[in-house]
Amino acid sequence: MTATLVRFDGVSKSYDGRTRVVAELDLEIRRGEFLTLLGPSGSGKTTTLMMLAGFEDPTAGSITLEGARIDTVPPHRRNIGVVFQNYALFPHLSVAENLAFPLSIRRVPRAEIGRRVAAALSMVRLPGLGGRRPQQLSGGQQQRVALARALIFNPPLVLLDEPLGALDKQLREELQAEIRRIHAELGVTMVYVTHDQSEALTLSDRIAVFDQGRIQQLGTAQAVYETPANPFVAGFIGENNRLPATVLDATRLRLAEGSMLATLPHGLQAGAAALVSIRPERVLLEAAEAAPNAAAARVEEVVYLGDHCRLRMAWAGRTDFFAKLPRQQAGQVPQAGTTLRIAIPEAAIIVFPA
Amino acid sequence: MRRTNLLAAALIAPLLLLILGSFLVPVGLTLFRAVADREVVATLPETSAILAGWDGEGLPPEAAFAALAREAGAALQARRIGDLAQRLNFERTGLRTALLRVARAADRLAAPHAQSLPALDARWGERETWLLLQRAGGPTTALYLLRAMDATRTPQGEVRALPVEERLYRTLFLRTLGISLLVTALCVLLAYPVAAAIAGLRPPWSAVALTLVLIPFWSSVLVRSTAWFVLLQREGPVNGALQALGMLEAPVQMLGTRFAVVLALVHVLLPFAILPMHSVMKGLDGTFLRAAASLGANGPQRFLRVWLPLSLPGVLAGGAMVFLLSVGMYTAPALVGGDRDQMVAWFIANFMNRDVNWGMAAALSAYLLAMTGAMVGLVRVLTGGVAQAGLRG
Repeated sequence: MTATLVRFDGVSKSYDGRTRVVAELDLEIRRGEFLTLLGPSGSGKTTTLMMLAGFEDPTAGSITLEGARIDTVPPHRRNIGVVFQNYALFPHLSVAENLAFPLSIRRVPRAEIGRRVAAALSMVRLPGLGGRRPQQLSGGQQQRVALARALIFNPPLVLLDEPLGALDKQLREELQAEIRRIHAELGVTMVYVTHDQSEALTLSDRIAVFDQGRIQQLGTAQAVYETPANPFVAGFIGENNRLPATVLDATRLRLAEGSMLATLPHGLQAGAAALVSIRPERVLLEAAEAAPNAAAARVEEVVYLGDHCRLRMAWAGRTDFFAKLPRQQAGQVPQAGTTLRIAIPEAAIIVFPA
Repeated sequence: MRRTNLLAAALIAPLLLLILGSFLVPVGLTLFRAVADREVVATLPETSAILAGWDGEGLPPEAAFAALAREAGAALQARRIGDLAQRLNFERTGLRTALLRVARAADRLAAPHAQSLPALDARWGERETWLLLQRAGGPTTALYLLRAMDATRTPQGEVRALPVEERLYRTLFLRTLGISLLVTALCVLLAYPVAAAIAGLRPPWSAVALTLVLIPFWSSVLVRSTAWFVLLQREGPVNGALQALGMLEAPVQMLGTRFAVVLALVHVLLPFAILPMHSVMKGLDGTFLRAAASLGANGPQRFLRVWLPLSLPGVLAGGAMVFLLSVGMYTAPALVGGDRDQMVAWFIANFMNRDVNWGMAAALSAYLLAMTGAMVGLVRVLTGGVAQAGLRG
């Protein structure tokens, strides 16, 4: 058994022959991992998933599963579980009949079907609901059934297409935990499509960030968040302040308004244009005089968010520089109009070539 | 709360009255005609009253004979004897003649009428005739309902099937049922793939296809049936084309056959099957099929286990629609069918227009209504489970 379960080789997809929804995609999906395809709508993530499921044909390239090409195999022979956003439970069948569907297609003996259906229901914590019709269940329960149905025939790979998109926040978090638990229990490989970056960070072993038909970055949640490969990834996952700058030397930049910024070695040529990305939560407030990149900044606006305050500040010639103030201790919230001493650690500054 | 209810009731009231006045009342009156028996009481009130007191043994008293002669004569003078003659003759052939003979001779008949009437026409000397007249005193009769099922009541009052050579209506209802079921089956089979194909089209083309389905509605059933009349003639285009293709050596008689009736009915009713099926199929989510495929179902399995059961409510609705319309269809069979291909509606029309026998027309209508009602009930029972599945739930 190799570590690679699925391999995309130069896969492209175009509907009109000109614009490519997915462009020359190379991707390896590791056995047993939870991989999330994250990106804005139209980025090609769903098309990639649908090509893997067999509902879309690649225009070019090849897809292999366990080393065998599957892009020419019809979807019903791929043995891949799929969970759809709108659940797609069959309304004319009961919950148990929905779960039994893939097993009876595979001619599993009746007694075993009954046993496996019961096991699947208890796995998704819906024991005893087999007799219900899907539409008698809540949205969260329906999605649990859909998940159980995609897993019950023991596919090596399960695809989830924005499965929690239709649920409210609380249910979504509950089901995220459930999916993580099931993934850990079964060791099945899961590929998950979402446009919700926090969902991707919560669930994934690895995240593939999609934009304009290409993978912009593939890595762990921490890698994608803390060392974004380009401004798109930095902007799509989490908040950031973006400031245009010019390279002075190996560890210093000059911001557009004239102030200097000390960074870690960034590898750009002196004189080159650069784009600086700074996460709001990495900005130090009420910093010591000697702190790196220390400066005075006026508080323009304060938004109180419970666990933290979001400050809009005037700094480096702009008035839309954001910083996050965690509420570790109860105390005064900074007032708009006051001036704070801020500092930005070198490690918090990400430099992109502009 | 109460006020809004009142307001709602007030807003609905006119519509309710309209439905009541234009639908329920006429249908109710028509159905009542199937059992109403008023001709004898209306035309021969005195005779009827005397007969009501008769014990049915032997012959009625002289007063009954006298009253009959007087009232029949008066009715003939006033030109309102026709309904009665029709009513009596329908129950027993020959009574028209017997009645009219008495009516014409009313002035000249000498007492005792109990002898002069039978002398004029022997039937007035038979107990059966008077029993019949007594029973026809109304206000209701089972005569028409029995006759519409090929049964009759003997003068002694027992219900008995008509002799085989006089039977007509049971065959007629079976024929109507048979033709309608055949037409329904053909329409469902033809409409299903069409509806599925239209449901699968993308927006501009689905509208175009639906318009094509609806185009036949732009012309009346009469025009479309007449078109078949032209097409199916011996020298018509269908025979011509089949001969030109070498499939026929000589023209075939197509008009006046069961084939022509079924063909015309299927053509006229097909849109009524397509539309409900299409509306159900259009509401079906395509991801059901994708889900079925991802679970391992191949094409036939996806169709049989997912698409067919989900589209079944549309099939039942379309089938029921076609059946209900087909059962009452008059124009198409009347135009392209032969004598042995006519359906119940043709007989109803005949009884109303030619025979002016409203009782029979109403009785046949009542059975037709019962037949369609039973079919609607059957479909409801069949769809009960499916409807509960709540396709859009």
